[in-house]
Amino acid sequence: MWAEIIVSAAKVLVIAGTVLTLVAVMEWVERRGAAFIQDRLGPNRVGPLGLFQPLVDAVKLLFKEDLTPANVSRGLYLLAPMISVTVALMTFIVIPFGAGGDITIFGARLGGLIVAPDLGVGVLWLLAVGSLGVYGIVLAGWSSNNKYSLLGGLRSSAQLISYELSMTLAVLGVLMASGSLNLEQVVARQGGQFWLGAIPQWNVVPQMIGCVVFVVAVFAETNRLPFDLAEAETELVAGYHVEYSSMKFAAFLMSEYMNMVTASALIVTLFFGGWTFPGMGRFSGWPLLVLSLLSFGIKLAFFLWLFVWVRWSLPRFRYDQLMRLGWKGLLPLATLNLVWVGVAMTMGWIR
Amino acid sequence: MGTAVFYLVAAVGVVSAIAAMAHRNPVVNVLSLVVTLFSIAVSYALLGAEFLAAAQILVYAGAILVLFLFVVMLLGAPAEPDAGESRPFQRTAGLALAALAAAGGAAVVAAIHAAAPAGALRGTAQALGVMLTGEYLFAFEFISVLLLAALVGALVLVKRKH
Repeated sequence: MWAEIIVSAAKVLVIAGTVLTLVAVMEWVERRGAAFIQDRLGPNRVGPLGLFQPLVDAVKLLFKEDLTPANVSRGLYLLAPMISVTVALMTFIVIPFGAGGDITIFGARLGGLIVAPDLGVGVLWLLAVGSLGVYGIVLAGWSSNNKYSLLGGLRSSAQLISYELSMTLAVLGVLMASGSLNLEQVVARQGGQFWLGAIPQWNVVPQMIGCVVFVVAVFAETNRLPFDLAEAETELVAGYHVEYSSMKFAAFLMSEYMNMVTASALIVTLFFGGWTFPGMGRFSGWPLLVLSLLSFGIKLAFFLWLFVWVRWSLPRFRYDQLMRLGWKGLLPLATLNLVWVGVAMTMGWIR
Repeated sequence: MGTAVFYLVAAVGVVSAIAAMAHRNPVVNVLSLVVTLFSIAVSYALLGAEFLAAAQILVYAGAILVLFLFVVMLLGAPAEPDAGESRPFQRTAGLALAALAAAGGAAVVAAIHAAAPAGALRGTAQALGVMLTGEYLFAFEFISVLLLAALVGALVLVKRKH
């Protein structure tokens, strides 16, 4: 009993710590990566390669004046950043990030490395809680009592509703192929076997379209360029968080990066085999644990870099283009993917 | 443990439901409704119906009420002024109807307590899926056609004006 509680608490602490550290690391990667893409140096003064820059930034944000404008509706104005951060922290618990296998700690079996292993509705939890994140942005936009904020908030809610549909349809294809809502089983089904002896049976191979739709929709869901119309600084100043300063502003920034981490982890889990890796049958116990973490980490890092890469390479969409892409581009493609998975499963082309 | 959580969640649900009706700011009304629906979802989860809980959050709290909020914000509905008591009979009628509803609710709760507890847990995604595509297939398809008809009807009404 107690050992299990301790193991669970340790998992929660490790996850929360890792995600929050990744937020800091990503801030550095984003700034240095942007500089690299734009052929300049970026922040390189604080610490080796500028690695301590996020620390300095955090201290700066903490000590900045925390002001609340006079005309905001105060309760909701304060609530909005809290909702954003809470929702961003809640989503990661259903993602399996490594294989604990038969390792026992204090007599308790470690099991798969995941915070909430027995949640039968795994993916649905993620989608459900993730869909609450929009409240943070909408409320920030409305309660700030500022026309730019309001426009940002409205845009964001319309955008989220449009892209959530395609995203969910893309996920549905994976769930059909896996026969389970639990992400641990989604991962287990992708590991260990190969097509033609060399291609790992990751969902990305038969469901290429679904994968592309999902990645694009996730970019829109995380409000990242080329879909960051909620903040669009060239037209809306900074959109929904224009009236926020100091740590309240930092809360929005942090939740954006946390959502990026979750989104990347979800892409890896659903379409790229999660923590599994070729040849994992030969390992067990601690080596398997370390290698699975490494496998997950490398895949995660690639998609996190993809977020940065795309942000600094593509221009922003216009609003009508965004809506057209969502409804006329992604939705039919996601439906097509779903039909394809259904046909392929009925014909026995994929298990 | 489960009972304590239930009473906590139920209290939150009732208070936010009252706030959803009584508060003068429309945005606060919608948000209170979100909290109510969320606490109902937690109650589902406590009953072991985790799929229903997730669907409740996903569909109602996550999607439908965002649209509500969207409309309220677009219309820019101002906080309502205190209307005073313009129709005195309303309060009497309201109290009488509330008493009636409470009696009905009590009867339902008593009936549930009298009924035998459900055997197998039927709240999982699989059980629900089997029921929807088997036993209740006709009702399920009927409702989807009904929703489609409502959608087409709304489109027709909008098009006629232009």
